[in-house]
Amino acid sequence: MKWETVIGLEVHTQLATKSKIFSGSSTAFGAAPNTQASAVDIALPGVLPVLNRGAVECAIKFGLAIGANLNRVNVFDRKNYFYPDLPKGYQISQLAKPIVEGGALKIVVEGEEKTVNLTRAHMEEDAGKSLHEDFHGMTGIDLNRAGTPLLEIVSEPEMRSSAEAVAYARALHTLVTWIGICDGNMQEGSFRVDANVSVRPVGQAEFGTRREIKNLNSFKFLQQAIDYEVRWQIETLEDGGRIEQATVLFDPDTGETRMMRSKEDAHDYRYFPDPDLLPVKLDEDWIERVRAALPELPAAMQARFQAEYGVSAYDAAVLTGSRALADYFETAARACGQGKLAANWVMGELSAALNKAELGIAASPVSAAQLGALIARIQDGTLSGKLAKQVFEGLWEGAGEVDAIIEARGLKQMSDSGELEKIVDEVLAANQKSVEEFRAGKDKAFNALVGQVMKASRGKANPAQVNDLLKARLQ
Amino acid sequence: MSLSTDDIKRIARLARIETSDAEAAATQAQLNNIFGLIATMQAVDTAGIAPMAHAQEVYQRLRDDAVTESDRHTTFQAVAPAVENGLYLVPKVIE
Repeated sequence: MKWETVIGLEVHTQLATKSKIFSGSSTAFGAAPNTQASAVDIALPGVLPVLNRGAVECAIKFGLAIGANLNRVNVFDRKNYFYPDLPKGYQISQLAKPIVEGGALKIVVEGEEKTVNLTRAHMEEDAGKSLHEDFHGMTGIDLNRAGTPLLEIVSEPEMRSSAEAVAYARALHTLVTWIGICDGNMQEGSFRVDANVSVRPVGQAEFGTRREIKNLNSFKFLQQAIDYEVRWQIETLEDGGRIEQATVLFDPDTGETRMMRSKEDAHDYRYFPDPDLLPVKLDEDWIERVRAALPELPAAMQARFQAEYGVSAYDAAVLTGSRALADYFETAARACGQGKLAANWVMGELSAALNKAELGIAASPVSAAQLGALIARIQDGTLSGKLAKQVFEGLWEGAGEVDAIIEARGLKQMSDSGELEKIVDEVLAANQKSVEEFRAGKDKAFNALVGQVMKASRGKANPAQVNDLLKARLQ
Repeated sequence: MSLSTDDIKRIARLARIETSDAEAAATQAQLNNIFGLIATMQAVDTAGIAPMAHAQEVYQRLRDDAVTESDRHTTFQAVAPAVENGLYLVPKVIE
């Protein structure tokens, strides 16, 4: 039987506010335990939550960026459950009236464009952290994270492979960091993914029973977890078994998913509107101010890069992988007026060097203006591609500006044709054997002669000019 | 609508409240009275009236995104039954 995979993702993004969603505690990562947990965060009796305008604004930005409906009046609810890192005994979340409903995100998988629709996005508070290492057989509770603002972003079950799920998660990650509502740091838990996975026979209209994989904190784990889960579900069904609704965890060490809780132990959260919080109203003025301040979004920028700089759809997608990368490319492309060449250098030489040095684009030792200046020197014929790479190395080492490096290292491409002719003649005289082979019809011999000329010019000859001169001499 | 004893036991379990059979029976009678009250209210015609999420028809006030709290964990932890390295210690829970 042929099976179809159905995946929907729930992503918890930590909003990039200075203070918590309902208190004035800091949200900075890595502080000593419980030093950023106020009376509200630890749920002392009598305290009241006061909503952070910054968190609401992040949610508005997101809603606008995905073309969603913003609920002008939205409501906070209590989600009730007992766990020691949730001191109130409930999490403040949004159920019936979330701030964001609908919207869509474009993804590209193997060259195919696809639109993934979103169901909703709602504001909520994070819980604290439970540390199960041995504290004399007890669990340690750190409430620094309690009350950190989250936006939970829920997709429709519209992805049909792990590759699509990863593409969606990446596109979402790019977007939330692009509009500055989340720092995107997956190691620190700022972007956590839950995947709802089911399979069904191809052609069947109803969905199969789903299992939810919790808390995936890397794109690699997301892919591995879904692939394993899909295989397991298909094998179970083909062996005549049934899939029971369940929550599972992915173990990166074994590459397997394992049951965390079954449907029988599923929580009954008894949601109800939180009487401590009034409904939230979004003024049109506020929404319009946020809309006006939004940066150009990745999809719009991709289209513009293709039109303005003549780069391919694929290149445009890579170059808008982050705002820093897109800004870098555009600065370099404007500096040299050569969009395609700038794209090749940014995605080629520069990316390779950054990867090797394990640096992000923001930490690049070669500035966008410098790369632009370098490309301009290729364009005006001063540098060959090969010499340009040597200048690039100089820039990387911090040896100065482009022209100064060309001057200091004598890397100028040979433009004096008299000087080149002299070298060509010397090479021809010294390589009679290759000349004869070429005349006898061996094309390879010609390449050998080009190589010799380039070598004799110490790489400074213009390869096209060398070709022309050699051909003329050998006719 | 009325609640069975099983409903009462289940609600009590969700709220982590230990309930004897006698207490459950008493609570069942009290809660069913409240349901009677709700049934009376539900008889009112509310067609065309938008549900309210709060008893007052006002909206949430917002605060600016600024850090206004300082570290008071030693004060808070003075009343905690068990503390170590700044962490609150609780009986082991693993889900």
